[in-house]
Amino acid sequence: MAKVDTSLPLEYQTEQNRLNIFGFWIFLGAEIVLFASLFAAHGSLYNAFADGPTPKDLFILKDVMIETMLLLTSSFTCGIAIWYMRRNNLKGLLIWLIITLLLGAGFVFFEVTEFIHYVHEGAKMQTSAYFSSFFVLLGTHGLHVSIGIGWAIAVIIQLAKRGLTPTTARKTFIISLYWHFLDVVWIFIFTFVYLARMV
Amino acid sequence: MAKHNSSFPTGHVAGFIVSILLTFATVGAVRYTDLPFVTIMWIIGSLAVIQALLQLFMFMHLTEGEGKMQLINIFYAFFCAIVVAAGTIWVMTSGHVHY
Repeated sequence: MAKVDTSLPLEYQTEQNRLNIFGFWIFLGAEIVLFASLFAAHGSLYNAFADGPTPKDLFILKDVMIETMLLLTSSFTCGIAIWYMRRNNLKGLLIWLIITLLLGAGFVFFEVTEFIHYVHEGAKMQTSAYFSSFFVLLGTHGLHVSIGIGWAIAVIIQLAKRGLTPTTARKTFIISLYWHFLDVVWIFIFTFVYLARMV
Repeated sequence: MAKHNSSFPTGHVAGFIVSILLTFATVGAVRYTDLPFVTIMWIIGSLAVIQALLQLFMFMHLTEGEGKMQLINIFYAFFCAIVVAAGTIWVMTSGHVHY
């Protein structure tokens, strides 16, 4: 049995857990650069509309705000879930994780609806370089959120079956880092992809 | 990262409220000011960075665990991100493509 330091929160109590969490931060560093490359492509093709629709014709502030609030609130509720975990409150943790996932699913629903609306208006991936980069950047983010939902469901099942142990706590903490990170990416999408078009 | 004993998540609620305020400040700067485009971009870009840092420190507990190494890693990743994104956009839009 590995050395357990009970003065620390559950997820940091073993050396293995600390290294796993640190390793996940390294992964997030790589994810930041991955998204930076997609932002670079999007920024370079900022006005490459190829006579197709422009974002000014299509973007609706209200819809973007709904998506933003759903994701921002889900990031907050995810933080609350970890707050309960650190108080050894499994029930609170599970309730707030499930709320987080419902908000995340709401976000994905609104994003898919938004994409369908754009395609109806004639803005497809093949329409212009601008919309290619738009759908790749937003699609990569949306795919991350969708994968995150599946991953979190798996973690919730483990928590329900095994309760709070250093291992399940570490897994929960890591999915929370991933979830907050997706909101960090969205802040930049919200600012540079959407709001910059509404100046 | 000592164990917490407070009974209300003050930090999280404060972080959430500030995040919402920053989001609406971004919308306000874009929709309700007549500043030049470049000025607005600097303002909303700065607000985005502040909100990202808020998430990292208040929600993600960046300074816990291997805090120092995590900080170095994430700030190096941000540095790389700025070089990649700003560098590419600068090269591709500032006339260098016309030779």
